[in-house]
Amino acid sequence: MSLHTLTLHELHGKLKKREVSSVEVTESVFRRISATEDKLHSYITLCRDKAIAEAKQADERLGKGGESSPLLGIPLALKDIFLTQGVLTTCASKILGNFVPPYDGTAVRKLKEAGAVAVGKTNMDEFAMGSSTENSAIAITHNPWKLDRVPGGSSGGSAAAVAADQCIAALGTDTGGSIRQPAACCGIVGLKPTYGRVSRYGIIAFASSLDQVGPMTKNVTDCALMLEAVAGYDPSDSTSVNAPVPAYASFLNGDAKGLRVGIPKEYFIPGMQPEVEQAVKEAIRVLEKNGIRIEKVSLPHTEYAVAVYYIIATAEASSNLARYDGMKYGYRALARDLTETYTRSREQGFGAEVKRRIMLGTYALSAGYYDAYYLKAQRVRTLVKKDFEAAFRKCDAIITPTAPTTAFKIGEKTQDPLQMYLSDIFTISANLAGLPAISVPCGFDAEGLPIGMQIIGRHFDEATILRLAFAYEQATEWHKKKPLLDHG
Amino acid sequence: MKITRDEVQRVALLARLQFSPQEEEILTGQLDRILQYIEKLNQLDTANVEPLAHVADIVNAFREDRVVNQPSPDTLLANAPARERDFFKVPKIIE
Repeated sequence: MSLHTLTLHELHGKLKKREVSSVEVTESVFRRISATEDKLHSYITLCRDKAIAEAKQADERLGKGGESSPLLGIPLALKDIFLTQGVLTTCASKILGNFVPPYDGTAVRKLKEAGAVAVGKTNMDEFAMGSSTENSAIAITHNPWKLDRVPGGSSGGSAAAVAADQCIAALGTDTGGSIRQPAACCGIVGLKPTYGRVSRYGIIAFASSLDQVGPMTKNVTDCALMLEAVAGYDPSDSTSVNAPVPAYASFLNGDAKGLRVGIPKEYFIPGMQPEVEQAVKEAIRVLEKNGIRIEKVSLPHTEYAVAVYYIIATAEASSNLARYDGMKYGYRALARDLTETYTRSREQGFGAEVKRRIMLGTYALSAGYYDAYYLKAQRVRTLVKKDFEAAFRKCDAIITPTAPTTAFKIGEKTQDPLQMYLSDIFTISANLAGLPAISVPCGFDAEGLPIGMQIIGRHFDEATILRLAFAYEQATEWHKKKPLLDHG
Repeated sequence: MKITRDEVQRVALLARLQFSPQEEEILTGQLDRILQYIEKLNQLDTANVEPLAHVADIVNAFREDRVVNQPSPDTLLANAPARERDFFKVPKIIE
């Protein structure tokens, strides 16, 4: 048995009983990385020496006993969007190519205090803008299930690393699907919590009204444990909400009986991969056998969500990314005067997709277009939110596919930004409405690529979607399959 | 509405970005297709719908105005592209 293949929950049991040490687990993970990283390129930065030192500290704490944090001694991966004190943090951008943060973000600090071991920083689309991780300025990450496919994005490095056992679990961020869509593409569990549930302090901002931090794990139990560790009020994030954090794992009893689950017709549409539709419908039947009640619901403004998102997210991004001016940190180009320094630093520092979104957002906010685009999008955002409010009067959770297709080929969509944007057609609405949503593996297509089912919950009701996800997981074997890291 | 190359140049100036003529042409076409897609929002009558900026119920989150951390100048200047003593060195701002 190789330690890196185990789940967080399983390892916690072994570490607590002192059957294995954190150093052994961490070394097993690094051996796995050495054996596979040439094929996958999941990581931007590896922290081997630091990780071993952290593992030794964890072993000392474990030796003293009495502590019960499930993360103590567990090797985790962090998306390169999380500020990590003293460890390079690039956001997969040239403009932050040498940036070493002076402090840890809140989620990272909480993981460290819990005694987790940071393996390294994972690859992503530059500034989290993308659905394939191909927009990274550092490397292309390959899908462990079929190496000519993308891992999804933007948290594609984290998803590939979890799927290929290059870490025990990972942290990602999700602005329009960036945890859930790569989780679906790589056959793992990914949860975007309610907006305000996890502090955004110390994550590099993309779209501040949409960004959320969340776990990416091998199964639902691990997901619940990770969420509990990072959730909670933080005075350093003015949008974090002061609500108690439940013991999420305590809701995982395998029973979903009596829960009312809404199935929205707008998420089963022509053009989606038939195998995805079949797999999700079959998953719903499995849950029906477990005793859930199906309700037909309608979310009529679903078809507008992508359009709303690409105004709001780009408008917020254009404002957030104005800080990269080459003055206090980040890349500075040589130029004759101040304006040219700004312009050249940004021209040379940002990649094509980031520039495209800054342009779109600046346009939508500029004089003469603000009402027609930005204000219009904010009004339609209200309609999207109201759709969910109406649906949740009839049901406790909503089930949909996570993505319209399985992982697409590397290079397939890079020339057509709009086609790439439509990969997030099923995940964006939860961000616009601020709702929690989880993706769990629910099958494979004919080519052996994983399919994800999305469960969306009410505000701050992560417990119900975790409970449903766990009941489904208990009834199926999908989460136990491992990728072979070949060309399929 | 169709976005023109003149507008792309105007927006690039606002965003402190610049593009080669070839990039500008590709970008104009791409932005135009994206904006055409976004036009679908105009199918909806939103005259009586309030805009939504974000979903949290919080209006303002106030705190005491006091220093909670005080990193050293060296810490703060560690990522500076250019430094002189304890200052960020920047290009001349006033001619």
